[in-house]
Amino acid sequence: MTKLIMTFPVTETSHTLASYRSRGGYATLERVVREMRPEDVTREVTAAGVQGRGGAAFPAGRKWSVIKLNDGQPHYLCANADEGEPGTFKDRWILENAPHLLLESMLIAAYALQVRHAFVYMRGEFDLPYRRLASAIDEATAAGLMGERILGSAFDCDVLIYRGAGSYVCGEASALLTSIEGKRGYPRNRPPRLTVRGLYQRPTVVNNVETLSNITGIVRDGAAAFRAVGTADSPGTRLVSVSGHVNRPGVHEIDLGYAFERLLDDCGGVLDGRALKAVIPGGISSKVLTGDEIMPLALDHESLAAAGSSLGSGGMIVIAEGTCMVRLLQVMLRFYHHESCGQCTPCREGMGWLHRIIDRIVAGEGRPEDIDRLYRISAANDGTTICGLGDAAGYATSGILNKFRPEFEYWIEHKRSRFDGNLVCRASS
Amino acid sequence: MSASPTFASLVPEFDALRRRFPPGFESSLVLPCLRRLQEAWGHVEDSDIAALAEYLAVPRVQIEEALSFYGQLRREPVGRWHVEVCRNVSCSLRGAETLLERLSSKLGLAPGDTSADGRFTLSTCECLGSCGTAPVVLVNGVYHENASAPEIERMIEGLERA
Ligand SMILES: Cc1cc2nc3c(=O)[nH]c(=O)nc-3n(C[C@H](O)[C@H](O)[C@H](O)COP(=O)(O)O)c2cc1C
Ligand code: SF4
Ligand code: FES
Repeated sequence: MTKLIMTFPVTETSHTLASYRSRGGYATLERVVREMRPEDVTREVTAAGVQGRGGAAFPAGRKWSVIKLNDGQPHYLCANADEGEPGTFKDRWILENAPHLLLESMLIAAYALQVRHAFVYMRGEFDLPYRRLASAIDEATAAGLMGERILGSAFDCDVLIYRGAGSYVCGEASALLTSIEGKRGYPRNRPPRLTVRGLYQRPTVVNNVETLSNITGIVRDGAAAFRAVGTADSPGTRLVSVSGHVNRPGVHEIDLGYAFERLLDDCGGVLDGRALKAVIPGGISSKVLTGDEIMPLALDHESLAAAGSSLGSGGMIVIAEGTCMVRLLQVMLRFYHHESCGQCTPCREGMGWLHRIIDRIVAGEGRPEDIDRLYRISAANDGTTICGLGDAAGYATSGILNKFRPEFEYWIEHKRSRFDGNLVCRASS
Repeated sequence: MSASPTFASLVPEFDALRRRFPPGFESSLVLPCLRRLQEAWGHVEDSDIAALAEYLAVPRVQIEEALSFYGQLRREPVGRWHVEVCRNVSCSLRGAETLLERLSSKLGLAPGDTSADGRFTLSTCECLGSCGTAPVVLVNGVYHENASAPEIERMIEGLERA
């Protein structure tokens, strides 16, 4: 397996500038500011075909290409470090262990996009990731790698950390920008695209932390080397966060196309040696797959899409046999209801309805028509809302209903769970 | 309205923050300043909202809206020890619900409540980006990962004596 990000053993000091430089760190930035033109960098990133690692898998090069160079206005770059999608904890690995890889990559991106001020929008609860990145910024600034006249060139750029304050929707790219403007994190209607009018109405690129962290390697080794890893349609690697009912949860870097079955083995298999009931492959907003469905799959964007789901944020939640899917959906719907920002009627009202119906079923007061109601409300958001939150809740709901409908029917008919309302693996808790 | 002593003492930090941001980004300073005020004082006081609006020359309503939108910001004090249990999917699969029940009975508090002596607040929170070490409990913002009920209960007994 190839490692593009988790390339070194983690030690007490591996996150420091000295350690990063001993691994060849900042040599690529130096070559970029000395020898390359901004458009050369973007061309390499486009040729590499790196897709967004935040959830939507949009090609980064295509996003960058919208930015018009020398148009006389400021441009901004924002790294999305909100890491809010439940089940996802991989950007944190980068922030804690490879903060300079993110910074070097952001500086290279900023050079390509003619950005003077770049931001890292970080979820408010992160503490160690914040301290590690803040000290990396101090180190880089003191070493002349950031700030004015970087490495003696004419390129100036500062990276600032902007900390959120507890809101899931602020991970959505436009809400993230509204939040950096110091306001309520309301998502914005598009068009205009953020690359046309983003932060303070200026052209802005928002990329996930992991997406950006690939940039240094792509520019250093070339697009062909990046494309040599992964599959033709999903080049490179991905950091997958594995959690739930596995023996060894954690972050794994896999070549795109890696077999799910091997990944499950790498994680020590399902807890208590139980059978695999289901997997949510890309954060809770991706559609659930049954154990039988995911077992033979290769983990890449096209295979997951063909199976009716997605690799999303790479937040893989493993669910053992014996888990109650009705209660699991209840946990999700409470969350989406809580996090809806309330701007769009179908989302604001729909999240409340979904949440109330699932609570009613769990209270033993469900009616047979509730299942159809859940379906109908789930579909109501489709394309009618400002951001993807309402849709995501809809996918999660219809995904679970499609695969586990008998559990809902059982609860409605018998006024109790077929699995005792169980969410944990008893023996291990 | 005059600013609290907390606000006054933080003005030099706010000035430094202002210099780091690009010109014209005053509005952006609302969140970091509110976070800093809360960190220093435990919550955000009404008088400081007015002082911040004046200091940044932003509308007061923007600050009030931010305070009501962001889950981590608060206008009321919480207990000296703020215990928050993540109840999202991965933590629930690893026993967060039982953990919450046990903490609730240990502290004699329903989630959302503060003890009469002002020492403890028990809350729930959403995914903390730490699902691989679920369940996760925050105590005054510090992550306690792979939290087991006996271990967290022992810690609370320690805090009760502190
Ligand atoms: C409700 C919602 C929450 C999101 N949360 C995150 C997040 O926490 N981190 C992230 O990188 N992307 C998140 N996204 C996706 C972003 O909108 C955006 O697609 C991404 O940051 C773009 O970067 P990428 O192309 O490099 O993936 C979220 C989207 C939605 C609709
Ligand atoms: S879809 Fe929901 S979360 Fe997104 S903007 Fe509309 S109301 Fe807000
Ligand atoms: S679900 Fe609790 S930290 Fe993610």
